[in-house]
Amino acid sequence: MTTSLTTALPTASAASTDIGNPAVNIAIFVAFVAVTLTVVLRASRNNRTAADFYAGGRSFTGGQNGVAIAGDYLSAASFLGIAGAIALYGYDGFLYSIGFLVAWLVALLLVAELLRNTGRFTMADVLSFRLRERPVRTAAAISTLAVSFFYLLAQMAGAGGLVALLLGIDSRAGQNLVIAVVGALMILYVLIGGMKGTTWVQIIKACLLVAGAAVMTVWVLARYGFNLSDLLGAAVSAPGSAGETLLGPGAQYGGSEISKLNFLSLSLALVLGTAGLPHVLMRFYTVPSSQEARKSVVWAIWIIGIFYLFTLVIGYGAGALVGPDVIRAAPGRANSAAPLLAYELGGTILLGVIAAVAFATILAVVAGLAITASASFAHDIYASVLKKGDVSPEREVRVARATVVVIGAVAIVGGIFANGQNVAFLVALAFAVAASANLPTILYSLFWRRFTTRGALWSTYGGLISCLVLIAFSPVVSGKVDENGVSLSMIRDTGVDFSWFPLENPGLVTIPLAFFLGWLGSVTGRESGNEKRAAEMEVRSLTGAGAEKAVQH
Amino acid sequence: MSTTDHGSSGPPPGAGEGRTPYEEALDSPEFQALRRRFRRFVLPLSAFFLVWYATYVLLAGYAPGFMSTRVGDSNITIGLLFGLGQFVSTFVITTAYVRWANRHFDPAAEELRHRVEGGAR
Repeated sequence: MTTSLTTALPTASAASTDIGNPAVNIAIFVAFVAVTLTVVLRASRNNRTAADFYAGGRSFTGGQNGVAIAGDYLSAASFLGIAGAIALYGYDGFLYSIGFLVAWLVALLLVAELLRNTGRFTMADVLSFRLRERPVRTAAAISTLAVSFFYLLAQMAGAGGLVALLLGIDSRAGQNLVIAVVGALMILYVLIGGMKGTTWVQIIKACLLVAGAAVMTVWVLARYGFNLSDLLGAAVSAPGSAGETLLGPGAQYGGSEISKLNFLSLSLALVLGTAGLPHVLMRFYTVPSSQEARKSVVWAIWIIGIFYLFTLVIGYGAGALVGPDVIRAAPGRANSAAPLLAYELGGTILLGVIAAVAFATILAVVAGLAITASASFAHDIYASVLKKGDVSPEREVRVARATVVVIGAVAIVGGIFANGQNVAFLVALAFAVAASANLPTILYSLFWRRFTTRGALWSTYGGLISCLVLIAFSPVVSGKVDENGVSLSMIRDTGVDFSWFPLENPGLVTIPLAFFLGWLGSVTGRESGNEKRAAEMEVRSLTGAGAEKAVQH
Repeated sequence: MSTTDHGSSGPPPGAGEGRTPYEEALDSPEFQALRRRFRRFVLPLSAFFLVWYATYVLLAGYAPGFMSTRVGDSNITIGLLFGLGQFVSTFVITTAYVRWANRHFDPAAEELRHRVEGGAR
């Protein structure tokens, strides 16, 4: 069974044309686009108000929204990236998925319901409820746009790499064309469908992704008589495998003191980042009540948790059945582990399905990010800060639509420049910024009455700026070389090295710093708080009294 | 400070000299009890799962030998069981929270909401 694939992969350059059939991959992807576009068109009939465009009329059920959240969250990085990391490094790849999952408890227990009751469209609604609106909204919008931008870049860069692998497009120009097509499709979805259409795309994609992963998981387990221990044993003894180290921590992150701190920093950013991701937070406004928001998180936790258990099997399965040597030689390297396993198990058709699902994943995540960023700009910056609230909802939605086009263009250009960059690094950066700049202010404003405008500004800007500065001077931007002297940094020129911050993820420093600044800014300055608004926020956040209702059509 | 953006429902903030229904509710013993009950459940549980996650992360980072210990004759390691334990604890905490919220939180919150929204009109 393995011979056809392994003999077809003598070199990396030959691989992309020999695995599967690009025509099948493209056909399945086109079918996905056709189906989702139809659904988006049908869903868009009732897109009239701002609540329709930003929040899908708040008419989704908890279950639907939960599936959509999972669709939004399970990006290509988490599917292809985690499966690949497990295939090559074993246990260390698994560590990622645990952080991504446990993070949802922060959202469930501390954020989702209170946020749903208090806000309207964006994260900034909650922060500015009782604090001084314009400065706080501006800060929240800036950090929302920053997180969305890094996340968007990561997805677009991932699209380029995926194309090389799945469609057999090796030329840079061809990849760039596909990035542009992904960007254009995303603009189309969001303009036509708004939040309602985007949500349906995410629901369809989540079902396909989980179903595809489930099939592969059962298939792999069946090969080993449903004995997990045998599967692990096969992965350990596969050609080119890291051996015993696959089964315990350390194969990827290594054992030096710095790499241990690096790992701690990453773990902290992962577990605290999710509940600060603006496109995740915005999804809580698409349901009619806080009870439904709770239900959606519960659905999301189950789907995401089960999916990550699937990736554990898929990752070790790829290590055992495809083998690390073949994976390393393939064009997408670690990212190609899951597609290669699909080909190994189910041939051209299963590979085509998985390839299309991976594309759909990028498309859906990018659409969710675009609508979040456009809402943040139109609702927070344009309507509230520039026009001081004196703007009709129709005008605001028009601005949001125009913003979507701009964001799409930025994403296409950024994606072309970021093509080939390390996707995992960009995602980790987005999580670090979300955990530092967003989460502390959200938690403080929901749980601490004496939190002030100054505290919010110090925390948001302090978290954001410290993250960006430390990243800029970290080894991921310059000065990291592997043992062969090849650069592993963003700046490929090994002669350029201005790094002085040793950690690749800044979270270990910036997250505590942002919490500290929020506290310090609040206790050192006096603010004549608005007692009535503070009382309203507190009662409203817990009871839902006066919270935004679903749109009636 | 602009407040035009928030309330599509509820009383206009700062309207009149009197106290808003929200302020009344905030000071009521029922709301104080509700808030205490919520925080007493949610905050310790959050502390627990964060400590549990930190334990796991620190063990993986600083005790890789222990985490790589095999269980019996199988290829399954203690680290793998710990990792799967994080999944189990996440599912259990989720379920426990939902049961608690449905039984002990929602009814009281609902009653207060009706009172505040009724008083607001």
